[in-house]
Amino acid sequence: MATPVALRFVEAQARNYRRVWRASAFSNFLNPIMYLTAMGIGLGSLVDEGTASAFGAGGYLAWLAPGMLAATGFLAGAGEGAFPVMAGTKWIKSWHSVLNTPVAPADILLGLFTWITLRLLMICGIYGIVIVMFGVGTPAGVALAVLPAALVGIAVAAPMAAFAARLEDDSGLATMFRFGVVPLFLFSGTFFPISQFPELIRPLAYLTPLWHGVELSRAAAIGLDTVFPWWVNVGYLLVWLLVGWVLADTQVEKRLIA
Amino acid sequence: MSRPLVEARGLTKRFGDFTAVDAIDFEIQPGEVYGFLGPNGAGKSSTMRMIGATSPIDEGTLSVFGLDPRADGRQIRGRLGVVPQENQLDEELRVEDNLFIYGRYFDLPRRTITPRIDELLDFAQLSDKRKSKVVALSGGMKRRLTIARALINQPELVLLDEPTTGLDPQARHILWDRLYRLKQDGVTLVITTHYMDEAEQLCDRLCVMDRGRIVAEGTPRQLIEDHSHREVLELRFSVGRQEDAIARLGGVASRLEVLADRVLLYVDSADAAMAEVAARGLVPESTVVRRSTLEDVFLRLTGRTLVE
Repeated sequence: MATPVALRFVEAQARNYRRVWRASAFSNFLNPIMYLTAMGIGLGSLVDEGTASAFGAGGYLAWLAPGMLAATGFLAGAGEGAFPVMAGTKWIKSWHSVLNTPVAPADILLGLFTWITLRLLMICGIYGIVIVMFGVGTPAGVALAVLPAALVGIAVAAPMAAFAARLEDDSGLATMFRFGVVPLFLFSGTFFPISQFPELIRPLAYLTPLWHGVELSRAAAIGLDTVFPWWVNVGYLLVWLLVGWVLADTQVEKRLIA
Repeated sequence: MSRPLVEARGLTKRFGDFTAVDAIDFEIQPGEVYGFLGPNGAGKSSTMRMIGATSPIDEGTLSVFGLDPRADGRQIRGRLGVVPQENQLDEELRVEDNLFIYGRYFDLPRRTITPRIDELLDFAQLSDKRKSKVVALSGGMKRRLTIARALINQPELVLLDEPTTGLDPQARHILWDRLYRLKQDGVTLVITTHYMDEAEQLCDRLCVMDRGRIVAEGTPRQLIEDHSHREVLELRFSVGRQEDAIARLGGVASRLEVLADRVLLYVDSADAAMAEVAARGLVPESTVVRRSTLEDVFLRLTGRTLVE
């Protein structure tokens, strides 16, 4: 039986990844250890002295960890959505040669998003292991929290792929990370609760995809109450994924097929 | 004659207002080497990409293996080999991995790909580079690897877009030799080039393209016979003297082309023409006698040189 065309693309990505997996997995492991030590334990000890009750029973570390888990999915998704598209359509143009085989642009995207999802589960899964090592939450709760973290990642990867396909050169990418991705990373309730915002601009946080992921991850890992029912958060992220996918489909097709 | 492998009628490609390929007709027979000769921007690559089922056709009909690229793109691409103008190899991957991954896109099983990689590396004279990263290969080696990659699915038809552009003469000759072997194995080759020597060396039949149209078609010899004279006398005059010399060359040749740095006289006998030039008291700085080439055909048909 023939291998589904998109899966052949996933296989190629995996074969490519084999070359770097050790370094990649190592940094995926080291990163949360450093972050949670510096911010969760180091900074957290100061935070907990002042307003321990604001962050629940586990203190700042337990509150921060699932938020950072979702933020990690978010950042990884943004990168994994943008860079392969840049490489495939502009830097190496490897996707042009892929199209000379039975593979079509839509197969590439389906394959790419499948691969990104697998990578996100890997990255967030490793993060989850570190969180448990830090004594936060239960293994089952943290495992459940990995899912929304990966979902946020793929939800931003899709529109990022569309954006990257549209770009003529790299400069727009730096701008997007500087003025789009980094502010969303900082102001989506990851490091401090959005209740710290003035009431008027608080709803703006509800528009950011990361905030929804953070809500879900915290609910799963440390049982925090969410503002909306969980399916609202999931639904909102799925809208990002689907709209992003449709846009990416159009843009990638435009870029590759002329 | 057997049914053509590729058949185009009124084939047209537009980019906005610009018509890249303007209602061209051609047929490519199984087993032949067919060339599209023309300068950059003539529409050669656009035509190749339509044959390769990666670029939509705006007007006209095209059949490849008897299939319609509009509907059966996947099937067509599965039976084609494509050597694009830019290699588009994954430079960070090893030579063998580039071939393996490409083979998997065609859904070839591992047990088929592995021995085929051996054969192809042997064919491309890259066996000792098997474990090297592509980035370490020379330009000629990368080109041969790209050709090997295009052969991984044992295609019946191979499209080569400017196979030797940018290669040094020795690398070109190695490549031509490889392509000649493919032809002997019965593979149909379609080549675009703006090198007339390449077209003469490789092509059984070719068409001359200019501004999206086919201006002539035939075997290289036929094209030269039909559109040029047997011999060409190239005269170079010292700076500032060319104008005056041209005025005095009237009637020496049946056709005369003036290039920036020399004058070309198209004649049946270069010796007789040279004698006539001397008799008129003209003393060129240098004189070259050569046979007509496809370059002359192109100049005749379009009023321009191939590489400008």
